[in-house]
Amino acid sequence: MPSNSNRLTQKIRQARREGRKLLCAYITLGFPNLSTTEKLLAGLDRAGVDILELGFPFSDPLADGPTIQAASERALKHSITIDIARSIVAKARKRGVAMPIIFFSYVNPILQYGPKRFAKGIRRDGFDGVIIPDLPPDEDPALVDAIQRAGLSFVNLVAPTSSNERMKFLARKSKDFIYYVSRRGVTGERKQFEQGMDRNIRRLRKFSRNPILIGFGVSSPEQAKSASRVGDGVVVGSAFISAIRQAKGGTASVVKLAQKFSRAVHGRASLRAPDCVGRASCPAIRGETPRLLVAPVANSSQ
Amino acid sequence: MLSSVLLLKSKGVTALPAKTVPDKKGYFGSYGGRFVPETLISALDRLTDAYKTVRRDSKFKRELAGYLTDYAGRPTPLYFAGNLTRRYGRARIFLKREDLLHTGAHKINNTLGQALLAQFLGKKKVIAETGAGQHGVATATAARVLNLECDVYMGDEDIRRQALNVYKMQILGARVIPVHSGSKTLKDATNEAIRAWVTHVDTSYYLLGSTVGPHPYPVMVRDFQSVIGVEARKQHREKTGREPDYLVACVGGGSNSMGLFYPFLKTRSKMFGVEAAGSGIHTRRHAATITKGTNGVLHGMKSIVLQDRVGQIQLAHSISAGLDYPSVGPEHAYLSKTGRVEYVAITDKEALVAFRRLTLEEGIMPALEPAHALAYLEKLMPRTKKNETVIVGLSGRGDKDIDTVRHALKL
Repeated sequence: MPSNSNRLTQKIRQARREGRKLLCAYITLGFPNLSTTEKLLAGLDRAGVDILELGFPFSDPLADGPTIQAASERALKHSITIDIARSIVAKARKRGVAMPIIFFSYVNPILQYGPKRFAKGIRRDGFDGVIIPDLPPDEDPALVDAIQRAGLSFVNLVAPTSSNERMKFLARKSKDFIYYVSRRGVTGERKQFEQGMDRNIRRLRKFSRNPILIGFGVSSPEQAKSASRVGDGVVVGSAFISAIRQAKGGTASVVKLAQKFSRAVHGRASLRAPDCVGRASCPAIRGETPRLLVAPVANSSQ
Repeated sequence: MLSSVLLLKSKGVTALPAKTVPDKKGYFGSYGGRFVPETLISALDRLTDAYKTVRRDSKFKRELAGYLTDYAGRPTPLYFAGNLTRRYGRARIFLKREDLLHTGAHKINNTLGQALLAQFLGKKKVIAETGAGQHGVATATAARVLNLECDVYMGDEDIRRQALNVYKMQILGARVIPVHSGSKTLKDATNEAIRAWVTHVDTSYYLLGSTVGPHPYPVMVRDFQSVIGVEARKQHREKTGREPDYLVACVGGGSNSMGLFYPFLKTRSKMFGVEAAGSGIHTRRHAATITKGTNGVLHGMKSIVLQDRVGQIQLAHSISAGLDYPSVGPEHAYLSKTGRVEYVAITDKEALVAFRRLTLEEGIMPALEPAHALAYLEKLMPRTKKNETVIVGLSGRGDKDIDTVRHALKL
């Protein structure tokens, strides 16, 4: 692999080859505490989550609904810093967590940390991409540039309200995948998708061959399944945050939920062989051929 | 001192594109822009286009002028404050009486303009944020007269502190929606109003109350408020035959000061923006953003913000709810960097003393916000000369603050 190809790039490439759908999970760093986050990184990696969005808590999360707002508020009580985010992920990588991890943050904490220091630092410690929900890419080209130069994938959000011209621009600027915001509104669990989602995704496909992951309001495995038919995968956030809140510091139920989502998105043959060999649930044991076998990916930046 | 940009402009030289502010993307130097979720970009584009259209549209201008005159009560007087002037024995002091407007403050200039723009865009509903409730009341009022639905987001804490304004909004038919997140004040009400706008972007108009937020709001609100400065300049000329030497106005988000200053930017008048120092700028309880803050992004704009070391937004504190905001309009941030406007800070205590002083000298009860501007006269006046003049922006009346004042002064 070329040294500038991060885990996310590799994962997406592999998924395309296999024709496999992608499950991206969002959790808030430090919610309810840092040790739970550490356990979840390992647990979700094993549960069949393809990509993890690690949300950095911010005092004013403009794009988030009540569930993630409350999680951010709680996490902020632990005085979370970008250095803490870096060390948590560095530790997880040492323990063999292999899934691509995206740094999800509002723009202000990144600006205060310093764009170059941020990009180089998080890449060195094992992050693979960045999502900034309040940063249209034309607003701060220098920051986007620093992120890309560090070998991180900068993922753009595209909205139902985005014009064709805008979609084209965002698709061009988005690396590895495009995050399609399924509805007008903030993050949070919803019963239904907005009308016209299929049409918008078809519209977006005209401008990009990159996979499209659908997020905002994907709250049940059933919804994840139907959205995965339209797009190339889903981003699930508030549903995980709710599960984490209900688990009160435990992680087993959250991991179980991730497995349910994984089955819904990937079909039955979804688990990775190396992690599940020897378990009754292992598709290999049940005589099914896993469609994707992921070897532990060498950390290309080290 | 005038900046070179302004000198260029004043000599009639066409300024270079890089130097015009704001630029096409809404930047005043390095401040401004649009740091918002993608869903809002198309709405902001449409709003920018619509605003460009209406500001040249004679029917729109006529309609707005009609409402400002016959409904809001413009022009407001430029009052020569004789007693206050005699007290200092220096420059002559004039007060721009925005406190005499309908709903008691300058806020109505902007809400009428934007509510008409909402109508122009075919929206049936306006969404607004409010801290003290002044912008909320002004929005509810404009919405009522223009037959629009109105939702006002207000922090729990502010609802408790400003019960009277909550009741006023409700009587005016607005829905007051309590905000329980974060600090439960203006900052969080603004987040929630923006979230509501993202959700109902096709049917609602977001009626922002100050020269803050994503482009084009800072420009638009400034333009709607600049009627203050345009009138003041004309009135001052009629009374004195020249330009004023000093302008003083309070700065929270910065709409009344921007409105007063803007038409004077190309003159030689010295300008002072007065921020709220709360318990003091060396304490943690203040709202002196420009004096003490650093560059950052909040509510869709790059500006100066009050924040901690890692970039979490901090709470602002001021006895005056209207100045209690942890950021400031991007154009103010720009004017502070170019040095065109000097920004100073006044404590709660100084503002209360100034409130009493104006009440006793002139029989005018100012709101606690402009009381900050009036308090700065204590520092400015000794440096002025007898043949000079000062205009103070009296942005609102003090009725809303009576309880706060009674409590603080223990009258």
